[in-house]
Amino acid sequence: MTTLTPILTKFWDHPQSWTMATYEDNEGYTALRQAMQSDPADLIQATKDSGLRGRGGAGFPTGMKWGFLPPPDGGPRYLVVNADESEPGTCKDIPLLMAAPHFLIEGIAITSFAIGCNHAFIYLRGEVVHVYRRVMRAVEEAYAAGYLGKDILGTGFDLDVTVHAGAGAYICGEETALLDSLEGRRGQPRLKPPFPAVAGLYARPTVVNNVESIASVPAIIKQGAEWFSDMGTEKSQGFGIFSLSGHVKHPGQYEAPLGITLRELLDMAGGMRDPGHPLKFWTPGGSSTPMFTDQHLDVPLDFESVAANGSMLGTRALQIFDDTVSVVRAVSRWTDFYMHESCGKCTPCREGTWWLAQILQRIEHGQGTPEDIDKLVDICDNILGRAFCALGDGATSPITSAVKYFREEFEAGCHTPAAELFPPAASTLFAKEQNTMVTA
Amino acid sequence: MSVNFGRQTASGHLHVPSESKEPYPTDVLEQLSLEAEQVIARYPQPRSALLPLLHLVQSLDGYITGRGIDFCARTLDLTTAEVSGVATFYTQYKRHPNGEYTVGVCTNTLCAIMGGDQIWETVSEHLGIGHDETTEDGKITLERVECNAACDYAPVVMTNWEFFDNQTPDSTVQLVDDLRSGAPVAPTRGPSRVCSFKEVSRVLAGFTDGLADEGIGAGPASLRGVELAKREGWTAPGEESAASVDAQPSATADGPGGGLAAGQRTSVDTPANEPDERPGGQDAQEQAKEDDK
Amino acid sequence: MSVTSDKNPASNEVKPDLIGVTIDGIAVSVPKNTLVIRAAEEAGIEIPRFCDHPLLEPVGACRQCLVEVATPDREGNVKPMPKPQASCTMTVSEGMQVRTQHSSPVADKAQQGIMEMLLINHPLDCPVCDKGGECPLQNQSMSHGRATSRFDDIKRTYPKPINISSQVLLDRDRCVLCARCTRFSDQIAGDPFIALVERGALQQVGIYEDQPFESYFSGNTVQICPVGALTGAAYRFRSRPFDLVSTPDVCEHCADGCAIRTDHRRGTVLRRMAGNDPQVNEEWNCDKGRWAFNHASLGDRFEFPMVRDVGGELRVVSWQEALTAAAEGLRAARGHGVLVGGRVSVEDAYAYATFARSVLRTEHVDHRARPHSADERDFLLRHVAGTTPETGVTYDEIGAAGSVLLVGLEPEEESPILFLRLRKAYREAKTTIHSIAPLATRGLDKLGGTLIPSAPGTETEVLTALTGEVGPGSDTDPITTAHAALRGERPIILVGERLATVPGALPAAAELARATGARLAWIPRRAGERGAVEAGCLPGEGALDTAGIVAGAASGQLGALVVGGVDAHDLGLPGASEAFERSFVVSLEIRPSSVTEHADVVLPVAPHAERAGAFVNWEGRVRPFEAALSTNALPDHRVLHMLADEMGEFLGTRTAAEARSSLEATTPPAAKGYPPRVRRAPVPEPGTGELVLATWRLMLDEATMQEGEPFLAGTAKAPRAHVSPATALAFGLAEGDLVTVLGDDVRVTVPVVIQDMVDHVVWLPTNSSSCDLRSLAGRAGAIVSVTKGGAA
Repeated sequence: MTTLTPILTKFWDHPQSWTMATYEDNEGYTALRQAMQSDPADLIQATKDSGLRGRGGAGFPTGMKWGFLPPPDGGPRYLVVNADESEPGTCKDIPLLMAAPHFLIEGIAITSFAIGCNHAFIYLRGEVVHVYRRVMRAVEEAYAAGYLGKDILGTGFDLDVTVHAGAGAYICGEETALLDSLEGRRGQPRLKPPFPAVAGLYARPTVVNNVESIASVPAIIKQGAEWFSDMGTEKSQGFGIFSLSGHVKHPGQYEAPLGITLRELLDMAGGMRDPGHPLKFWTPGGSSTPMFTDQHLDVPLDFESVAANGSMLGTRALQIFDDTVSVVRAVSRWTDFYMHESCGKCTPCREGTWWLAQILQRIEHGQGTPEDIDKLVDICDNILGRAFCALGDGATSPITSAVKYFREEFEAGCHTPAAELFPPAASTLFAKEQNTMVTA
Repeated sequence: MSVNFGRQTASGHLHVPSESKEPYPTDVLEQLSLEAEQVIARYPQPRSALLPLLHLVQSLDGYITGRGIDFCARTLDLTTAEVSGVATFYTQYKRHPNGEYTVGVCTNTLCAIMGGDQIWETVSEHLGIGHDETTEDGKITLERVECNAACDYAPVVMTNWEFFDNQTPDSTVQLVDDLRSGAPVAPTRGPSRVCSFKEVSRVLAGFTDGLADEGIGAGPASLRGVELAKREGWTAPGEESAASVDAQPSATADGPGGGLAAGQRTSVDTPANEPDERPGGQDAQEQAKEDDK
Repeated sequence: MSVTSDKNPASNEVKPDLIGVTIDGIAVSVPKNTLVIRAAEEAGIEIPRFCDHPLLEPVGACRQCLVEVATPDREGNVKPMPKPQASCTMTVSEGMQVRTQHSSPVADKAQQGIMEMLLINHPLDCPVCDKGGECPLQNQSMSHGRATSRFDDIKRTYPKPINISSQVLLDRDRCVLCARCTRFSDQIAGDPFIALVERGALQQVGIYEDQPFESYFSGNTVQICPVGALTGAAYRFRSRPFDLVSTPDVCEHCADGCAIRTDHRRGTVLRRMAGNDPQVNEEWNCDKGRWAFNHASLGDRFEFPMVRDVGGELRVVSWQEALTAAAEGLRAARGHGVLVGGRVSVEDAYAYATFARSVLRTEHVDHRARPHSADERDFLLRHVAGTTPETGVTYDEIGAAGSVLLVGLEPEEESPILFLRLRKAYREAKTTIHSIAPLATRGLDKLGGTLIPSAPGTETEVLTALTGEVGPGSDTDPITTAHAALRGERPIILVGERLATVPGALPAAAELARATGARLAWIPRRAGERGAVEAGCLPGEGALDTAGIVAGAASGQLGALVVGGVDAHDLGLPGASEAFERSFVVSLEIRPSSVTEHADVVLPVAPHAERAGAFVNWEGRVRPFEAALSTNALPDHRVLHMLADEMGEFLGTRTAAEARSSLEATTPPAAKGYPPRVRRAPVPEPGTGELVLATWRLMLDEATMQEGEPFLAGTAKAPRAHVSPATALAFGLAEGDLVTVLGDDVRVTVPVVIQDMVDHVVWLPTNSSSCDLRSLAGRAGAIVSVTKGGAA
């Protein structure tokens, strides 16, 4: 049995968990002190050795990403933290930054020192104003304590951190779109190569990392690469925050080693909301990862096992849906989301999501045609791997996986509205109190 | 979701209402210019200041005005078309005067299913307005919002981008009624009151309002895991067992203490996921090759 | 056309590293960094595309050009990439195997899928669309698309069309969001007045209401639009591509020598497009060159010769009668002068020069129908005549220059294609650009240029300062940086036509070039000037120049003038009217001009579209063109031949070919003696209430050859008086105030713009709407009195 490993979540229950004082009481900034005594190359090596892989969804090895930076040429290089958490179902970075932002600030200081960056940026989505306050406050405190600014801890190392609020665009979670946005442009993805490591922010070498990745760095530096790599699985090492939402008894954040299963997590979360309504489908890592069903309860939630079962670990955003839910309705709504958030740059994503959304809305309303389902799958085939960035691919995941597991529900959409087959009221949080409420 | 697939009205800033082009009074402009300089100073290149400056414009005007676009273009040496291109890309930038409070009901899949759709319909009917419409008293602009990273609190309503967790149709109706009547309203996770749209826009421009230390650190769902761990005595490897004073470690039969439980598992030996954000799947491998050279 | 193949860059010089790839099994070797889509063109394989354009940075947006790619790994095993790749963004690598739609079912399906998605929201209005028949979307959907559509949902539509300027319209529902237009405007022209706005499926090209797409180069976006989304107001709904007859042509508007294409239908020119000449205009032209071709079709053309009768009225006569009258008049007169305008072809110029020398036996011939000087004559003969692209400065050389110094030249207004090449040099070759001028224009900004602030008339001083040693200055002092740049890699000095009016400036520029080893080129404004220099349209040693000829005619010293294509007001000479009135004038003209009212004989000549010939562009490159329209109109050189014949002389300019071969047989004119000394004029000193006038022409203004094109005129810059903040303060002026500028016979009232520029100077356009300063333009450093307000 796997158990939880509270590391980043460890003192979230402290009444003043977000303050410098609390953080320092929990050995905060000791890793920074330790790091500043090290050779930057050793810090990069330790991160590589730890096996830490990007926590933003794709799992690219973090230390390797840092290693891509070209040798210093005297010009600036940047660290940009991707705090644009917007993937449907994903809700780990935002609570982390609300409850304990100093993990990130310390991680930024260590990473910046390791890669030779003197100006780091936190790109936070704009729709979480209190989190923005907390992060700005944490940066302020860190400056005051001498962990940021000039001559940090007397080492001569300078680091400025700018906290930047986005303004509402899912696509800015894509790292090059984020960079364009941070440069004051429309957040549309850039052509690669050149990769950000070579020409990123302001065309300078840049590392873009997810919040949780960078926040994990202090613990790795403090406890050692081996400590980290001993957790998790052989190729998916370390811990991560698993976010359970939907029809579970206790939705929430569960920090655990990679490789834990949904069955174990569900157990910890008190099981399904209503024992009478079993698990129907779930996403392992946000809406862009192909959905799983109850067949996948024992798939280890690590990068390899989830991939082997046809999905992606993604952001460990486990959205749980029971059998009251119409998969057609769920997929139709996600498709609306992708249509709304497509940046418009490339044809397949821009036009394809527009088309898919129309077909799915018809099917949801019981107005599908027999050709629609194959057409949906074929349009997805024409988008997947043809779009400019991963958003287009992500848009196809819920559709193709839902058709794969629940084709009959789409077929039913040729004659019966989803709301008739699956009255929405039954799925709501307040179903017990308000079960009379039925809407279209 | 009520999307109009046919005739479209969106057109950037092809038409800008004349009232929104009234120049700023001199003193306002001076203050704005001063603050713009502070924003620009945060970045190595001025153009990076555009997003915060547009938030700043909203903090003055309550939406993206013609004069605000002019100001940004002049300040950052851009064309107005370039500013318009940016302002119309992001959903937080409003195209017409916003209410004092933006009430955003999450109707992305999970929240919608958990009750967001019912909340939306109830509150929309209650207020008599639809998406991106404002009540006649100018108090509330209603929006459907996308996933706001609080899924464990579904269904979620955002009021001026503060969290209102685990909402119901009734609680949301109460919320909008309170907002309209001026009764005190506090977010579930956030400061002790909901600031106005303009005040919040100013914070998003990077000007702090001193409220960071208000409110809780984490809500009940955020704490679910850590509380369970404490109850169970689960810790990360190398950590002291269950440090919390009030949480007693419970000896579970199959849960070895001291973090040993977090041992290695054998993973299925298959290729990893595609590395992140690399549209051409081969790119990352190529870069890896580059790196090896 | 939009689907273009660029010329093989590998054809000249040292072979760069060649990369071997196979495309659909065909092996090709292409230079390193070649894009797959270009390599395919080399192999004769066309991959469909929309966003790709060889002169724009790759964007990979439309995804139409997807192909399958396999590359060898380190062990040499060729491994297919898992997903189709955009061939417009991927560069070749050794051993790469590409399979296009021709050999790969995956690529074919991917392309069909993209095409289908491009079409789902595209209107079926091809029958009424300007682009129909020459539309890349239409063509490629025929060749690469599905026969039937699977789309049975609701199409996205927009209110249409919208004017994004007075001359460009946008149909948003036709747009495929390839961003060629926005990238062109941003990258090539530097005028990002159009941008992508909105997001996702609602993304569209847009302007901001108050700042329309007023770029001098906007027409190129219409041309490179791969669908009918952008259309030109003047051409919209006027023709079908398949009804048009196209003629390769060369633009007659300026000395840049753009290759263009003239399309006509049944005797009417309907449109002109930029031609593709990589050495000259690449694939671009300016809006004047594209749209200003209507002036000869306004209904007032001279169709027949005319002779002034005893009653003083011009009367239509036969050619023979007119030639006889002209010959008699010329024979009877004592003292002759020949004035030639800037529009002439090189054959015309040769004919005028030879007519002067061989028929009229005079050296009083000049093509400079504009302010000029003796310094300039010497400069042209010494440094310009006889240079060719092989020996002189070229566009390509500018594109690779280390630094460029502009003196008395505003490229965006006076030489738009040179401007584009300078911008390319700035962007791609990191060329540093300095300009000696009284103010930094937006044009200079777009070149990343640095102003060397100089009041009109002080250019000589600045050039002299740059020639000598300068003391250690700060890195930001423009004199210091220009001084260093001129002594760095590949410096070039470009001088413009208005420098002629600054005493000593042209010799000083030549001296600076000599001292620094910089290459030097003269950038005239009008298409005929460079050829006229070659053809001998400059006065002989000691003979009268344009000003002298006009003065001579006014005084009675010259009894007869032959005048070809001159607007008397352009001369900026007092007494021009008297000169034409007093002398016997034979005018060769297309339509009524300021000379016509004084002419004794009017001989009609052919407008550009109705004749063949050649211009010589500023590089000295001969730019031959054919007649687009076949009419009975005669070119100047033919008319002069006939007139010579009437006077018993053989000119040998019956045809363009004959004229050109005669010209080629003559030695280009050259200067004699020593160059003039660099002399300096006194620095102008304006008194109270006075300012020094700075002025040059804007590209779009009141010029005769732009008449009859209201859509184009709608994008001309409104005239403004530019002054520095200090000057504004001294005159009590605020931005937007009206100001009245007085000088000689000039009185102009325009709004004020306050900008960083030289103090005590006011800048106004030379010949814009209600702002005609041509009579003052010839005097560098002219003093004008300036008063606030419109009355005074």
